[in-house]
Amino acid sequence: MAALDSIKKNLLEQVAGIHEVPAGAFSLRVDGKTFATGNSENIEIVPKTDKPGIDIYIRPGTKKESLHIPVLLAQTGLKELVYNDFHIGEDCDVTIVAGCGIHNGGSDESEHSGVHSFFVGKNSRVRYIEKHYGEGDGNGRNVMNPTSVITLAEGAYMEMETAQIKGVDSTDRTTRAKLADRATLIVREKLMTHGDQVAKTYFEIDLDGKDCGTHVISRSVARDQSKQIFVSHVNGNNVCSGHTECDAIIMDGASVSAVPEILANHPDASLIHEAAIGKIAGEQLIKLMTLGLTEKEAEEQIIGGFLK
Amino acid sequence: MLELQHISFSVPAEAGAKTEILDDINLKISERFVAITGPNGSGKSTLAKIIAGIIKPTAGRIIFDGEDITDLSITERARRGISFAFQQPVRFKGLTVKDLISLAAGEKISVATACSYLSEVGLCAKEYVNREINASLSGGELKRIEIAEILARGTKLSVFDEPEAGIDLWSFNNLIKVFEKMHEKTQGSILIISHQERILNIADKVIMVADGKIAAEGSKQEVLPMLFGTISGGCRVTEVNG
Repeated sequence: MAALDSIKKNLLEQVAGIHEVPAGAFSLRVDGKTFATGNSENIEIVPKTDKPGIDIYIRPGTKKESLHIPVLLAQTGLKELVYNDFHIGEDCDVTIVAGCGIHNGGSDESEHSGVHSFFVGKNSRVRYIEKHYGEGDGNGRNVMNPTSVITLAEGAYMEMETAQIKGVDSTDRTTRAKLADRATLIVREKLMTHGDQVAKTYFEIDLDGKDCGTHVISRSVARDQSKQIFVSHVNGNNVCSGHTECDAIIMDGASVSAVPEILANHPDASLIHEAAIGKIAGEQLIKLMTLGLTEKEAEEQIIGGFLK
Repeated sequence: MLELQHISFSVPAEAGAKTEILDDINLKISERFVAITGPNGSGKSTLAKIIAGIIKPTAGRIIFDGEDITDLSITERARRGISFAFQQPVRFKGLTVKDLISLAAGEKISVATACSYLSEVGLCAKEYVNREINASLSGGELKRIEIAEILARGTKLSVFDEPEAGIDLWSFNNLIKVFEKMHEKTQGSILIISHQERILNIADKVIMVADGKIAAEGSKQEVLPMLFGTISGGCRVTEVNG
């Protein structure tokens, strides 16, 4: 296998926390092509033949295994749309680390759009981690539009952690989920925008099964002239519980919009939405300054903690 | 160590008039424990905030270790050795107890070190060290964590704004032990704003503030009888033998 150059190694470190091709099952996509893949005994990765992307099959009963599927883009002006389907058997307990890093050194727009579909089998537990990172010394924009489509079978549990902290100029994220009986979906989203960035997040969650539940926690910081839009629709169609929480720190000349909708179609659907947008509280800055931090350092600590 | 010279603080009131919160305060603080007491609204907390730099006085100078710090920021005063414990501790989403104690200590500290400070204020360290400083902590817990931060700072001057509020589940004796230990370590001054007789009792000097002025200053033997006389409405408390 060919080696990665230092730019790509840094991207890999940023989005997946690893330096080299990881142990276990993995698929590494670089500049629009599959760079390397590896199967494990229980996880099989099959390239799609009709469109770009892969099918991932995780055998029933697979426990304590992880799968890495990072995407790196270092070629300016490259645009791609990739379909990854995850077929997770029953009674699994797996961690999936995805993520996309773009280094745009040119003046053309680079774009990665991924559609991830998850079919999580009965009583399986999945932890899905996705990091987005962009950098570049040119003036080409970095664009990422991820879509996740999640189907949870009876008793399935999925935790989805997404983070986009730096360098992505425009993002339009869509997450759709359908939950069967006793299924649980936890989403933790962390987002920071700066400059003229625009970030849009859209959730549509159908709580179809008896005693299913979801908890969506979005924490974001909007700096400079950036814009953020958070939209969520949680539909309670059975005895279920749904909780969405959108908490944003607004700074400088930024703009943040939170549009929550909770819809109960069943008398025993218990749905809550909380949304708060505000600047950093003056007393928080003062408190940290009494510990010897400058105002700027205090601000960084508060934001760092908030997005931790 | 700390000297306040002609400190006044006023806020604009209606029709161009001014409301004096503090009026020509002159003080020298170098003793081990100094307590500032007085009725609610007398200006005690304002005085503490002026020392920490949170409020700028409208007149007067503040001298700390021979240096005029009147125009220094909160940060610069903190770095020169002034600590301030808030009457109502501030909450943070995401920052943990360990994060704040580390920031207070000015360096990355181990879990064991953070735990030792928490144990000193009577908190079961393991349960608290990774908790977020958010609404899940009670007012009393936050107050003790605030004191642990001041311990971690270990500065020459530590100012506590009503440290006893909300710590009734713990005990005053423990709080006093913490202050004694803090002094042993820093060899500095501890300035406590308090209404609590048991805290005033350990003070080497008691300062009574009323209506923005110093109404009395001296040893506890001198000031306390006057103080409890004032609070109980002119009825002096005298000790009766037997």
